[in-house]
Amino acid sequence: MVMKVYGAIASTATRRVFATLYEKDLEFEFVPVDLRAGEHKQGHFLARNPFGQVPAFEDGDLNLFESRAITKYVAYAYADKGTPLICEGKPMATVGVWMEVEAHQFDTLASKLQWELVYKPMFGMAKDAAVVEENEPKLAKVLDVYEARLSQSKYLGCDCFTLADLHHLPTLTNLMGTPLKKMFDARPKVSAWVANIMARPAWAKVLAMTNQQ
Amino acid sequence: MAAPVKVYGPPLSTAVSRVLACLHEKDVEFQLVPVNMAQGEHKKPDYLKIQPFGQVPAFQDESITIFESRAICRYICDKYADKGNKNLYSTNPLVKASIEQWLEAESQSYNPPSSALVFQLAFAPLMNIKQDEELIKLNDQKLLKVLDIYDQRLESSRFLAGDEFTLADLSHLPNTHYLVSVGNRGEAFSSRKNVGRWWNEISSRDSWKKVVEMQKSK
Repeated sequence: MVMKVYGAIASTATRRVFATLYEKDLEFEFVPVDLRAGEHKQGHFLARNPFGQVPAFEDGDLNLFESRAITKYVAYAYADKGTPLICEGKPMATVGVWMEVEAHQFDTLASKLQWELVYKPMFGMAKDAAVVEENEPKLAKVLDVYEARLSQSKYLGCDCFTLADLHHLPTLTNLMGTPLKKMFDARPKVSAWVANIMARPAWAKVLAMTNQQ
Repeated sequence: MAAPVKVYGPPLSTAVSRVLACLHEKDVEFQLVPVNMAQGEHKKPDYLKIQPFGQVPAFQDESITIFESRAICRYICDKYADKGNKNLYSTNPLVKASIEQWLEAESQSYNPPSSALVFQLAFAPLMNIKQDEELIKLNDQKLLKVLDIYDQRLESSRFLAGDEFTLADLSHLPNTHYLVSVGNRGEAFSSRKNVGRWWNEISSRDSWKKVVEMQKSK
């Protein structure tokens, strides 16, 4: 039975899961959830994710929500397929650290910024300049730490591409389409890392899904 | 015998106490290394070497230095899999997937509003910072919505991930403790039948009682 991803193509969290499945060359069925119609808040979807958010995931009898729990499950359950995305032994501890860094240090700020600079314009809503003004310098500080880290390590978690890097892709791609691109370009190691991970074929496949709609 | 692992930071810190609770559950001997936050020690170069974001906790054992409380907890459970509570972070892949799901739910849905409230209600007054009433109201609303979801989940499950107490429940202890004690938010938990039952059970665990004692004495 094929794995199912319930979500939306434009959703960053759903994209996190798509990226993982493509990296691992795994077959899956995409079941669109109509966010505009509020389908994610309706009973049949709440049964899959009681928080009413996309994505939700199904692999046989296993049902999961939370994109980072799903990607982890896939990476471990299908460890021998496609890109490893995790490490054996001691290096995995550091990969784990940088997965938390993405979730807490990067994504909290990046999500607020992408909401103001990418989504609000899409919905015809006015940007709150104060939010951008407050969070841009905070993101700059985080990227300074990334710059130092990437001076010591090829990828964030270790020397190979893992979930610690992958989890950034959806929100990062959004921000790179805004004036905030300059923050990433200004830091050489960060800039190289961004270019490298955004150029991955699996990520191109995720972006291509938008064109197929 | 290996040297005790080191945890850097004050037990009063919610993130530090998350790690301490995990160490107690796993029966892993540790040494608490003070970090004088009032004096800004956590922002100084020596500390930034082990935690580049200038936050507590940091963690060291003989082989590695890591940070981020939830990553530290996972590491402790993986490395000391055979010690103490073996159900905390099950090695069974399907059970682990459920634990990860609820650990992420804590991290993404519970932590933001509860952390904001803990700061406003428990720490701001101590730091002579004026409370932000709007922020409190907003996060109270968010918290109650999350607790409604938890109440529904805990109707059919003893703990969040299943029948056993796991890292997913443990991760909630630090913020919730402050919310129900200093924060006066006990009713939000006790008024919900299953959440109330769950909170009583997890906060009564020996491991958490030990952490609360440590918080009182430092």
